Amino acid sequence: MSKPSRIKPALGKDNAWWWEQASQGVLAIQRCSSCKTLRHPPRPMCGACRSLEWDFVTASGKGRICSYTVLHHPQFPGYEYPLIIVLVDLEEGTRFTSQLVGCAPEDVDFDLPVEMVMHEDPDGFKLPVFKLAGAA
Amino acid sequence: MPTTLRNEAAIAGIGVTEFSKSSGVSELSLAAQCIKAACDDAGLDPSEVDGLVSYTLDSTDEIEVARAVGTGDLKLFSKINYGGGAAVGTILQAVMAVATGVAKHVVCWRAMNGRSGQRMGQGVSGNIVSSDLIHWSWYLPYGMLTPGSWIAMIANRYMRKYGATAEDLGRVAISQRNYAQTNKRSFFYGKPLTMEEYLASRIIAEPLRLYDFCQETDGGCAILITRRERARDLKQKPAVIRGVVQASTRGQEQMTSFYREELESLPEMELAARLVYEQSGLGPDDIDAACLYDAFTSEILMQLESFGFCGKGEGKDMVRDGALDIHGRLPNNTHGGLLSEGYIHGMNNIAEAARLIRGTSTNQPKSVHHVLVSSGVGVPTGAMVLGQD
Ligand SMILES: [Zn+2]
Repeated sequence: MSKPSRIKPALGKDNAWWWEQASQGVLAIQRCSSCKTLRHPPRPMCGACRSLEWDFVTASGKGRICSYTVLHHPQFPGYEYPLIIVLVDLEEGTRFTSQLVGCAPEDVDFDLPVEMVMHEDPDGFKLPVFKLAGAA
Repeated sequence: MPTTLRNEAAIAGIGVTEFSKSSGVSELSLAAQCIKAACDDAGLDPSEVDGLVSYTLDSTDEIEVARAVGTGDLKLFSKINYGGGAAVGTILQAVMAVATGVAKHVVCWRAMNGRSGQRMGQGVSGNIVSSDLIHWSWYLPYGMLTPGSWIAMIANRYMRKYGATAEDLGRVAISQRNYAQTNKRSFFYGKPLTMEEYLASRIIAEPLRLYDFCQETDGGCAILITRRERARDLKQKPAVIRGVVQASTRGQEQMTSFYREELESLPEMELAARLVYEQSGLGPDDIDAACLYDAFTSEILMQLESFGFCGKGEGKDMVRDGALDIHGRLPNNTHGGLLSEGYIHGMNNIAEAARLIRGTSTNQPKSVHHVLVSSGVGVPTGAMVLGQD
């Protein structure tokens, strides 16, 4: 028996492209083709100018911790606890919800600089996670 | 035809089932029982009910309830989305219907086997088949699966910015637990809570501990709405609805509004406050007691600010002053609330607000003219002010 794996995202017309980029190692940020507003999570229409046209930029992966929580209970199969969840203010200006890895729960704090690393599960599923800037 | 909903309708009946951890009956049975109880409370024959409103999360359809209870012909049936955010929204549907003559006697209900059946605290893991699956997919792969995890993200930032402490959350939990000691429906009846016990309870999702969480409960609660004049003919003292509103605002997500400039406030609740004060012609100084939605203790601190009872970041100072206690500035959730009475998705907080107007709470503060009730926090929400006839 292989270990249980994390819950996979449901893929639809508005988000499958983003996970496709992640599977290639890219942390993508959707961008309105018309007014150039960045948006995350992705949506089919730009809330600023109502354009349906969009492309994306590749995030540098650098940012700072805007908020966090450390999850202890309940514990779900496919995840390791304590589990540190972070909101990251990306340097491009959007915010991203992710996991902080390689960090003890007592060392996480607001405003710490972080860097994206692409995590790969044993089943090959990839998702962007973060580590403290400069950490191994 | 009224051009405002102010003072047009009233709560004429409230009905609750027993609250437990395992009801042993179906959710339809709980729904039928609490609706019958609300009619009995009002002295209204169920055959006179012509409107039914509930939550999209409620598993029971209106027509099943109608057959089980033996209502009259239904002229209004409607369900409101967003979990506990629906609570006051169901009342808004009913008030609009009775004010315009669409229906005469509308019952709003929520009945759930919230502990023995589908548990909200278990989050959205498992078989989700809803249309907001894509939304949740930004969180599930990372292991953010529960309401506690979503609320903790906002609470952590809020507490750090304003210096609110674990003890401040504990004060909210203890205040409501104290109220539960006179309310036999409460899960925690006969079980008071000390600060030592609170602080020693295990961390679930930092900064939230076990006793910051509400009680998953089996039970049902129903509220009967009719026109104010009609309510006067019925058995109970009417709790007049001064104002009732729904509110959702920019950057709104369900539980995960993480992408707003400021995370330390509740913009949808601030909107609800503005709208309900506008509709009722009242302000925070006119409110004598409250039933603020309390799935988590941190939500109370933040709502004190949203509704203008104090300035930003001052919720902690209010609870340190004992504002939520029976002799305080704003006795809150005098039945014990979702934290201590039971979690019927906020419907039981509406029932308590009506009791406070009737003067029948088991913790009745002196001279209550107006009571504020709110819907779920962190979701599209709503607010209502009840007053004396
Ligand atoms: Zn645009």
